[in-house]
Amino acid sequence: MKNRKLIYSKITLLFGLLFIANTSCERELSPQSGLAGNSTSGDVFIDGFTGGLDYFPFGGSYLDAFSVDTDNKYSGSSSMRFDVPNVGDPAGAYAGAIFRLESGRDLTGYDALTFWAKGTKAGLINEIGFGTDFGENKYQVSMSLQLTTNWRKYVIPIPDATKLIQERGLFWYAEGPENGIGYSFWIDELKFEKLGTIAQPQPAISDGADKSETAFTGVDIAITGLTQTFNLESGENVTVNAAPSYFNFKSSNEEVGFINESGVVTIIGEGTTTITASLGGVLAKGSLELSSRGGFDLAPIPTRDPSKVISIYSDTYTNVPVDFFNGFWEPFQTTQSSEFAIGGNNMINYTNFNFVGNQFANPTVDATQKSNVHVNMYIPNSVPANMDFLITLVDFGPDQADGGGDDTRQQVFFDKSLWVPDTWITLEFPVTMDNKNNIGLIIYENINFSSLSNWYLDNVYFYED
Amino acid sequence: MKTKIFKQNLLHRNVNLIFGVLSLTFLVFFTVTSCSTSETQTVTNFNTITMQDEFDVEGAPNSEIWTYDIGRGNNGWGNNELQYYTDSSENVSVQNGYLIITAQKEDFQGASYTSARILTKDLFEQKYGRFEARIRLPWGQGMWPAFWLLGANSDEVTWPACGEIDIMENRGQEPTLINGSLHGPGYSAGEAITKAYTLQNSRFDTDFHIFGIEWGPGYINYYVDDVLYNQITPEDVTGEWIFDDQPFYIIMNVAVGGNYVGSPNNETVFPQTMLVDYVRVYKAEIFNNN
Repeated sequence: MKNRKLIYSKITLLFGLLFIANTSCERELSPQSGLAGNSTSGDVFIDGFTGGLDYFPFGGSYLDAFSVDTDNKYSGSSSMRFDVPNVGDPAGAYAGAIFRLESGRDLTGYDALTFWAKGTKAGLINEIGFGTDFGENKYQVSMSLQLTTNWRKYVIPIPDATKLIQERGLFWYAEGPENGIGYSFWIDELKFEKLGTIAQPQPAISDGADKSETAFTGVDIAITGLTQTFNLESGENVTVNAAPSYFNFKSSNEEVGFINESGVVTIIGEGTTTITASLGGVLAKGSLELSSRGGFDLAPIPTRDPSKVISIYSDTYTNVPVDFFNGFWEPFQTTQSSEFAIGGNNMINYTNFNFVGNQFANPTVDATQKSNVHVNMYIPNSVPANMDFLITLVDFGPDQADGGGDDTRQQVFFDKSLWVPDTWITLEFPVTMDNKNNIGLIIYENINFSSLSNWYLDNVYFYED
Repeated sequence: MKTKIFKQNLLHRNVNLIFGVLSLTFLVFFTVTSCSTSETQTVTNFNTITMQDEFDVEGAPNSEIWTYDIGRGNNGWGNNELQYYTDSSENVSVQNGYLIITAQKEDFQGASYTSARILTKDLFEQKYGRFEARIRLPWGQGMWPAFWLLGANSDEVTWPACGEIDIMENRGQEPTLINGSLHGPGYSAGEAITKAYTLQNSRFDTDFHIFGIEWGPGYINYYVDDVLYNQITPEDVTGEWIFDDQPFYIIMNVAVGGNYVGSPNNETVFPQTMLVDYVRVYKAEIFNNN
């Protein structure tokens, strides 16, 4: 087989040349013509760029990171050189760019992007791949890549080449300093190839796990953890992050939620639906079960006169600058947060809660006049029997910063009988501490082993009675 | 006649393989030399079929041809293999025209994997001939599929005195490469006479390939599909040539783990299957084999 192929390819070449010579005057499509007449060339950078390819660095990156190097090359006359800046380099924080064509290529005949690479150190390139065009990035692929200091060939498999009928994003990368120190790496013989040895696809969604989440009507949920894994000639499995458009998604109950080709589920009703997917006809490992509780009650719309309110978080008032809604205090804090909107009304969902802070120190809030606090809270499903809840206000003092010896605190304890499950409740209390003209932090906290885990927050503001 | 042409083609390709250069000039030269070659050498026609199993009957393998090795052998069949061989339909069956040997990850009789090993011992044994099978291999770290022959006196003498002809064995972590090997006294295990064959732009676990030998007095030729990639003769072995003495029987199996291949890892996908489209054995009348 080996030799037969060699013979045939030679013969094909010979006859191919003859054929072209004989028929060129008739202007027939050459074998290089693909769908829609797009070029089917696989070359990206061999000893220079293929025609029509342009370099677009990412904003904030070192714009001159890329150069063509004629001294260091794997073969031929030149290679691509990338200079990753040191931390603190005023010219840019990292190196990163896309290489985009003016018009798309037909890459359906290939199964991988391949290249030779080496680095001045064995850096780990954060992201490298293709399919990024600064447009939809519809067929984006990325992976991280471990360099060595010697030239080595690398293979980035195409998750499903049948999708790439008109691809403009031929190559992209993003790499930061390694332990604060910049370095250089080279890439040569960059091209799409039909290796024929890339096989055994193992696509996955939700990182290959069967996950579940609660949801509400009107919420959009993006499916994450999308990957494609292939077994290479070397016997190694290589996994790439694959854009949603490579997948065909399915919602098991479209009366609960439907999913678009971008992998975003829109919840439209109450009940449970399970999202699964396939890639290139292969069922993906992993799923996402969404339990929709139906319509989500919105927090009561505040009615106070805006002139008597300093708002930290609401859609009704103009909010003051907030540093964070979930400052992560390691190692004790477990709280996760996500902000979402239903019908334009934003709220924050805290999960795996133990404590969390909302900080607004730039500037701090002067609550001398508006000396009451309003908070809306919603606890889904049930209120834990051991619920014990504390809200702490922190005045940052004259230095207007956390710490510094001038901070003062006010603790307000709440009885669990205040809460009703699946209902927005309103907490209002006066600011009674002496210093209240530099308030910068509100902390919400489980105390006495309270097991409240999942709750929603809205309409946090100071007000004047 | 058909076989004769095929045989000549095989030899041509072997020559190509050795020189590895193709040019118009060479082709002319080649045509001339190949004619003289076939005039001076004996062309062997292995064209009388002596055994064939096309695996067309659903269920267990044909018991008139195949029997089973069961269990873990001694020290994992001498190789620290990890599987327990069964005759269960979960591990070996004929379906849709294929023999399917399936390696499962399951705890059974103290082993962590099960699989199957079928053999023609005492049912079909032959000295010399063309032995071939069309197979699609399993894949992944730790898989060790094989199609091989053992000398009929394997129970009476200590291995490797009986002789072993490995027509094909593969490491699952090497999806484009198989080995053909010969084991005998003074040249066994790590010292076996062996040669690898590597597919270009294809793999053994995605398509079927034909693995075979043509075995006659003083030689064994190894081929994959239509490529003859090795010939082993008494001059090549570092011990006594014991392949002109007795008939051999066929073994087909999928081992898991062991010295040759290493253990599966957490990326190895189970179950894994070896699909066999057919096994065919031919003889050449001139060798009067039986």
